[in-house]
Amino acid sequence: MIRLEKRPEASQLMSYASPLIAIVLMLIGGLLLFAFLGKNPIEGFKVFFINPISDLYGVSELLLKATPLMLIAVGLAVGFRANVWNIGAEGQLIVGGIAASAVALYFYESEGIHILILMVIAGAIGGMLWAAIPAFLKTRFNTNEILVSLMLVYVAQLLVSWLVHGPMMDPDGFNFPQSRMFEDPALLPLLSDENRLNFAFVMAIGALLVGYVFMYRSFAGFQMQVAGYAKDAARYAGFSAKRMIWIGLLSGGGMAGLAGMSEVAGPMGQLTEHVSNNYGFAAIIVAFVARLNPVGIFFASLLMALLYLGGEQAQQYLALPSSISNVFQGMLLMFLLGSDVFINYRIRWKEATA
Amino acid sequence: MTLIKITTKKIALAVLAMAMTGTSLAADNVGFVYVSPIGDAGWTYQHDLGRLQLEKETGVTTSYVENVAEGADAERVIREMAKRGDKVIFATSFGYMNYALKVSKKFPKTAFVHATGYKLGKNMGLVNARFYEGRYLTGVIAGEMTKSNILGYVAAFPIPEVLQGINAFIKGARSVNPEAELRVIWVNSWYDPGKERQAAITLISQGADMVTHHTDSTAVVQAAEEEGVYAFGYHSDMSKYGPRAHLTATTHLWGDYYVQTIKQVQEGTWTPVSVWGGYPRGMIKLSPLNDVIPEALQNRISTMESQLRERTLHPFAGPVIDQSGSTIVPAGKNMTDDELNKMNYYLQGVVSTIPN
Amino acid sequence: MDSSILSSILFATIVAGTPLIIVALGQLIAEKSGVLNLGAEGMMAMGAIAGFAVTLHSGNPWLGVLAGMAAGIAMSFIFAVVVLTLMANQVASGLALSILGVGLSAFIGKPYESEILPTVGAIRIPLLADLPIIGDALFNQQALVYFSWALFAGITWFLYRSRPGLILRAVGESPSSAHSIGYHAIKIRYLATLFGGAMAGVGGAFLSVFYTPLWVEGMVSGRGWIAIALVVFATWRPFRVLVGAYLFGGVMVVQLFVQGSGLEINIPSQFLSALPYLATIVVLVIISRDQNTVRLNAPVSLGQPFRPEA
Repeated sequence: MIRLEKRPEASQLMSYASPLIAIVLMLIGGLLLFAFLGKNPIEGFKVFFINPISDLYGVSELLLKATPLMLIAVGLAVGFRANVWNIGAEGQLIVGGIAASAVALYFYESEGIHILILMVIAGAIGGMLWAAIPAFLKTRFNTNEILVSLMLVYVAQLLVSWLVHGPMMDPDGFNFPQSRMFEDPALLPLLSDENRLNFAFVMAIGALLVGYVFMYRSFAGFQMQVAGYAKDAARYAGFSAKRMIWIGLLSGGGMAGLAGMSEVAGPMGQLTEHVSNNYGFAAIIVAFVARLNPVGIFFASLLMALLYLGGEQAQQYLALPSSISNVFQGMLLMFLLGSDVFINYRIRWKEATA
Repeated sequence: MTLIKITTKKIALAVLAMAMTGTSLAADNVGFVYVSPIGDAGWTYQHDLGRLQLEKETGVTTSYVENVAEGADAERVIREMAKRGDKVIFATSFGYMNYALKVSKKFPKTAFVHATGYKLGKNMGLVNARFYEGRYLTGVIAGEMTKSNILGYVAAFPIPEVLQGINAFIKGARSVNPEAELRVIWVNSWYDPGKERQAAITLISQGADMVTHHTDSTAVVQAAEEEGVYAFGYHSDMSKYGPRAHLTATTHLWGDYYVQTIKQVQEGTWTPVSVWGGYPRGMIKLSPLNDVIPEALQNRISTMESQLRERTLHPFAGPVIDQSGSTIVPAGKNMTDDELNKMNYYLQGVVSTIPN
Repeated sequence: MDSSILSSILFATIVAGTPLIIVALGQLIAEKSGVLNLGAEGMMAMGAIAGFAVTLHSGNPWLGVLAGMAAGIAMSFIFAVVVLTLMANQVASGLALSILGVGLSAFIGKPYESEILPTVGAIRIPLLADLPIIGDALFNQQALVYFSWALFAGITWFLYRSRPGLILRAVGESPSSAHSIGYHAIKIRYLATLFGGAMAGVGGAFLSVFYTPLWVEGMVSGRGWIAIALVVFATWRPFRVLVGAYLFGGVMVVQLFVQGSGLEINIPSQFLSALPYLATIVVLVIISRDQNTVRLNAPVSLGQPFRPEA
C-alpha cells in the first residue's frame, strides 16, 4: 500500500516543482473539462490560454489585471508567513480606493504632482486603517483576525455604496452612484499611449522588490518567518507576537489600499461601487500558489490574470459561461495545496504488514 | 454550444441574403455586453431576447459576454469586440458608460450604443426606455384592486430610474384611489433572491396586498403567490413564477430598437442620438393582464396604453406633489425630461423615507 | 406593535435563521474535531444546485435534500483529502473550496436558471400552531425548520452526553493524545469534516428548494461565511449557535420591517445592512476578551494539521 513518509528535510526540488505540477494538473483538468463539454480541447486551450496574450495589447492587459494582484499578494504574504491570516484585503482595497478618491475629489480642478503623491499615501493609509481594526482587536482582545477582517469586507462594500450614493456622488451625474471622473493630475501616468498599463505596474514591481528584501534580508522578516514555523521558538527568542500581528496586517492592508488607489486612479478614473472585482480574494490564492515568495507572486499573478482574461475569451468564442474562470482557479489552488505535501513527505510503497 | 449552432445557421442565412441582395451583410457582427448572467427573467434576459430577435430579423451574427463587471474589465471586453470588427456594440448597463465612450473614441468607424447613461459620443448613441409609463399603469391597477390600500415596493438602489418607477406607481394608484399608500424597502442589491423575498414578505405582513419590485430576480412574485396577494412583475413577464398572483408586468422590449439601429448602420444613416423610448416606440409594454382584473379596468388600461402611445397621457402631468407637500410641477404642465432625470424624492403617498 | 406584526417578525426570523443553524452546527462538529473549513459558501452553493436539480427532476424535495447532502459530502471530501491526508493549509484550502464550489455550481447550474419548483408546504402542528404570536412562528413551519431543531438537540446530546462526542472533543483538544490512547484521530477528523459538508449541503438545498425556491448563480449571497462566523460567535456551543442564528436573521428581518413601516429614520440603509456584520465583530470581541471563555470552548488544535508519527 501507499504510505507517506516524512522526508529527513524539506525537498528544495519539490518546493519549486509543486506549483508546476499543480499547473500541469490544472491544464489536464481543463482539457478534460473542455472535452466533457463537447469542445475541442486543443481549441479550448488555445482560446483560453493563448488568445488573450496573442498581441502586445493583450499582454498589456494581462499586466494591468495582474498589477493589483501583485500589490495585494506581496502585502499579504508578509503576514501569512507569520500565520497572520488577513483575509479581508478586499475590504482594505475598497477603503484605500475611497481614501485616494477623497483626495482626488478634494483637489478637483487643481494641478500638481502633489495630488498623485497624496493619493498614493491616502490609499495606503486607508487600507492600513481598515486592517488596523482586526490588528487592534487581535492584539488587545485576542479576537480572531480571519473573521473580523472578513466581516469588514462586507462593511467596506456597504460603505463605498453609501459614499457613491451620497457624499461622494458626482453632482452632475444625474444621481447615478459614481464619483466625478478624475482629471489628469489625479490619474496615474500611462506607460504607453497604446494601452492602459500605467505607473501602478512599476509600483507593483517595486513592492515585490521591497517585499523580497523585507522577507529575506531583514531581521523583522526573519522573526516573522520563525514565528510562522514555530510559535514557541519565536516566543522563547523574545520576538513580540503583537508586533508581528501589526506588521502582518498593516502590510497587507497598506498594499491592498494601494491597489485600490491604482484602480481608481488607473483604469477606472473614478470611484464606483465596483472598485474591486474580487482582487482581494484572488490575491490570497496568488500568495499561496506563489509559496509566499515575491518572485513566485509575480508569476502567479500573471497566471491568475490569464485565467480571468481566458474566461472572457471562452465566453465569446466557445460560448462557455463566465464561471469557468472560477473553476480553473479553484482547481489550481486545490492541486497546488495537495501537491505541496511532497515537499515534506515522499511516497513509499510498503508491504501491508499489519 | 447552442449559440455556435445558431450562429452558423445565421451565417448561412446571411450568405444567402447576400447572394440575393448583393449587399455585404455576411461580415456584420454585433456585440452585446451584459452585466449579469442571462438567466430566465430580468434586465439582461430582455436584452438577450432583443439580440435573438435581431439575429432572426436581420441575419447578422451576434455574440455576447455576460456577467461583465462594471469596472475596468468592461473596457477590455468592449475593445475586444471593436478590435475584431463588430459593426455595432451594445453596452447594456449604466456602469459601462465611461469605458464604452473611451473605446468609441479609438474606433471611430464602429457604432456604439450605451443603455441608460447620459454621455453621447461622436459614434456612441444612447438608449433608454420610459419604464415609468408601465409603472403608472400598474399603479392604476393596484390602486383599483387594493383592499388594504397599502402597496409594497422592493427596490435596489435610489437612482432616478428606480425613483421614477416608484413615483409613477404611487401616482397611478393615487389617481384612482387617493387613500392608497406605498411602502418601499431598499435591499441594496440588484440580485439577492433571499433578501428580496424576505422584503416582500415583510411588506405583505405589514398589510400590503399589492407588491412589486425593482430588482432582478423573480423572488417577489413567487413570495406574493405563496402569501396569497397580488404582484406586478418587472423587466419580464413573470407570470409563470406566480400564475395566480401575477397581475401583469412592465416588460422591456429592445428587439425593434436593435433591428432599427442595425438597419440604419447598414444603410449608413445611423447617427449617435439619445433615444428615450417608451410606449410610442414600442419599447415597453404590459404583459397579458391576469383574468382577475375586472374587464372594465382591463379596458381602461388598454385605453390608457393607446393614450400613452399617442402621447396624450403623461404619467408625471401636474400637479406633481412631493412627500413634504410642496408642488414640484404645477397643474397644467408636464414634468420635463431634465426634471425626470434628476428625480431624487418621493411623491405624496409614499410613507417610507428615502435613505441618505 | 400589534401582535400580528410581532408574529410575522418572529416567523421570518426563524426562517432566515434556519439555513444558518444547519450549516453552522455542521461546521461546529468539524471545528470541534480541529478542522477549520472556510469552504462553507462553496459547499452550500453546490448543495443548492444539486438539491434544486434533483428536486426538479424527481419532483421530490426530500430527494433534493439528500442530493444537496451528497454534494456537500463530495465537496468536503475533496477538502478532507487535501488537508487531512495531504496536510495542506486549512485556511487556504477552505478559500479554494469556496471559489471552486461557487464557480462549479454556477457552471453546472446554467440550464436550471429558467426552472421553477413548487413551494414546499408547511407542516402545521395542531393546537400548538394556534397559540398567539408564537404559534405560527414555531409550529407552522417547513419541515427543515423542525429538522434544524432536531439537529440542535441531537448535536447537543452527542457532544456532551455521548462517548463518541467525548472522543471527538478529545481529538479537537489534542489529536496526539487521542491518538496515543488508541483513537484514530485522522479518521475521526474525516468523519467530522464530512458531516460538516453534509450539513452545508442541506443548508444550501434549503435555500434553493424550500426558501426561495429557485436557483440562480450566487444565491447563497455570503450565508456560508456568516455561518462560519456564527460558530465562533457561539464559542462552539450549539445553543449559542441557535441564538446567534436567530439574532442574525432577526437583525435582517427587523431592518426590513423598520423600512417598510415608514418610520422616520434618517439612517442610510447601507448602515442598517451593515449591522449584522458589525454585531458579529462586537460579539467576537466580547467573547474573546475573556480568555477563559475561549479556552473552555474553543478546540485547541483548530486549524492545525495532525500526522501520527507511525
